[in-house]
Amino acid sequence: MQLETKIYQKENSLKLTKQLKESIKDLFGSHFLAKQLAIRDVRSQYRQSYLGIIWAFITPVTSALVWIILNLTGTIRISDTGVPYPIYAFSGTLIWSIITESINSPSSSTNAARGIITKINFPKEALVLSGIYKLFFNSTIKIVLLVIFIFIFGIGFHWSLLLFPLAIAICVLFGTTIGLFMTPIGLIYNDIAKIIRMGLSFLMYVTPVVYIIPKEGIMKAIMEINPFTALILTCRDLAFGTATEYLGYFFWIFLISVALFFIALMFYRISIPIIVERLSA
Amino acid sequence: MNESEVLVKVEGLSKKFCKDLKTSLWYGVQDLVSNIRGNKNERQLRDKEFWAVKNINFELRRGECLGLIGHNGAGKSTLLKILNGLINPDSGKITIKGNVGALIELGAGFNPILSGRENIYNNGAVLGFNKEEIDSKIENIIDFSEIREFIDMPVQNYSSGMKVRLGFAVAAQMEPDVLIIDEVLAVGDLGFVTKCFKKIDSLLPKTAVVFVSHSMPMVSRISTQILLMEKGRMEYYGKDVAVGINSYYKKFTNNTTSVLLDDGSIEDFAFEILTDNNIVNWGEDLNFTASFKNNKLKQIPYISIGIYDKENRPVVLMRYDEKKVSISKGKIRLNFIHKKIQLSRGVYTFNVIVNEKFNRNAVFRVNNIQQLFVECDTESFPPFLLDTTLLDVLYEK
Repeated sequence: MQLETKIYQKENSLKLTKQLKESIKDLFGSHFLAKQLAIRDVRSQYRQSYLGIIWAFITPVTSALVWIILNLTGTIRISDTGVPYPIYAFSGTLIWSIITESINSPSSSTNAARGIITKINFPKEALVLSGIYKLFFNSTIKIVLLVIFIFIFGIGFHWSLLLFPLAIAICVLFGTTIGLFMTPIGLIYNDIAKIIRMGLSFLMYVTPVVYIIPKEGIMKAIMEINPFTALILTCRDLAFGTATEYLGYFFWIFLISVALFFIALMFYRISIPIIVERLSA
Repeated sequence: MNESEVLVKVEGLSKKFCKDLKTSLWYGVQDLVSNIRGNKNERQLRDKEFWAVKNINFELRRGECLGLIGHNGAGKSTLLKILNGLINPDSGKITIKGNVGALIELGAGFNPILSGRENIYNNGAVLGFNKEEIDSKIENIIDFSEIREFIDMPVQNYSSGMKVRLGFAVAAQMEPDVLIIDEVLAVGDLGFVTKCFKKIDSLLPKTAVVFVSHSMPMVSRISTQILLMEKGRMEYYGKDVAVGINSYYKKFTNNTTSVLLDDGSIEDFAFEILTDNNIVNWGEDLNFTASFKNNKLKQIPYISIGIYDKENRPVVLMRYDEKKVSISKGKIRLNFIHKKIQLSRGVYTFNVIVNEKFNRNAVFRVNNIQQLFVECDTESFPPFLLDTTLLDVLYEK
């Protein structure tokens, strides 16, 4: 039997394409580990909580409630959204929470695994994958909740609703890709996580999460360029069965995300030893 | 399979670290950027950096065990991390053949909320097992850990010893070609440590082992070669385990005398070894004296003399017949001889207790009052080198 030979030296002697190949191999090879880590986190999270699964969607629901109340009481006036406002706000905040959670996922998974990445050599791609599994788990709960709302508010079933989970999966991919690029530096400086959190809370107001794109003005221009707009609106249109205006843009985002995801993954892979060196406890 | 194949080859390995956190983080960011571009430049020390590991070379074949010893902070753990592929070296090269198993921190990744059984699956997955392998091994793991009764209890209620048991039980299921062990057996009771060693012994013939420990008896027990590190550099590397270990001990020659008890019955107690520089050759007679100024004692005190080895384990108690003779106040000196000393080569310390009578009423007690250096051509690890004669050789009918 030929033994596998590993060589450790200063240069990344391997070519980038080879790194990419190894990275993809490890990503798919670490399915069991990733699943195990995801189950561990989900279980331990809910075992130590009374409200359990409610925490998965309580934040988007409460933030939607704030907007619904502001609108109902006439504190702010929101232009007609085409569908009942509560469901518009709920869908917006739910999808938004999925995207933001995806952006935070790679760095929080890696951060939580500090204890093992500095001690044990295992495919680090498993951490990213376990983050994606956890996102799928949480997103499924949110999607079910949203579908219930869709029927309660009388929007009813459209065939395009079946494509909605797929669109959500693309949102998760998009968010994870952005998160993955931030992770190496984010693990070294925790300023990055704070900047991202702050940036996202601003970004929400230039994205049609709880209100529609204005008819004219600078805000309209910004919103139309903003890729988050395409994601939110396409998801929402698919769910409600309304016309999808941003489908082309959405499709481009998907293609670019796929390509960038693997580049980000490779970047992540070669960065881990440097991060371990700076973190080692 | 070739039994003497080299499984681990380390050539000119170096690694630098930074002393200052802020600077270290900033270098980390710079390294991230240069790493993407390949960074083929020779690495120099930057401001506030030092070599944590410098120019290490060794080779390890299947069936051999390298004992890696040195002070705290000598670079042992860093070297292990590089061997394990967790961090990259700054220069030099490591070539490792086969699977690498590391017992660095047992039970890493245990989740406190989950039960022992669930954690076996998690820990097993991190160590690279798949589900079927764990399913088939789980009974063995539980039996080995000897905590079947508590296996469905949350790990947060385990004692640290139980966690280590469970962690080792999982890790022991690995069948690595190269095994890295870092001071993991320190916790756990004697029975379990013995069991772990049995397991390691059974792996040893098929494996190349790198063993880090501060316990020299353990190191001498399993190592076939020693690498002594000091400030990141190799201070000794070779197959003579005893030589390596003794050079390690020389770093700790501690000669601070400490008086533990003094009730004023005697004063000016002195204990001397009557040789040059306290050095004696193996097999020679050892002369020593005890002297003091008597204040209150009525009879010659019994002096209990103990010799301790470098691990501070008691190895010798010197016996002599008590002389029941009355004494008066004033300076008194007792001369002793021990014939043909058979302690093995090394450093020993004397601890002395002055008793009013044999085994009765200690009046003065002092530790580390003298050091004794025994010289011998043979270097050995056990504390005694007993002179033995081969009488004759017979053919059995």
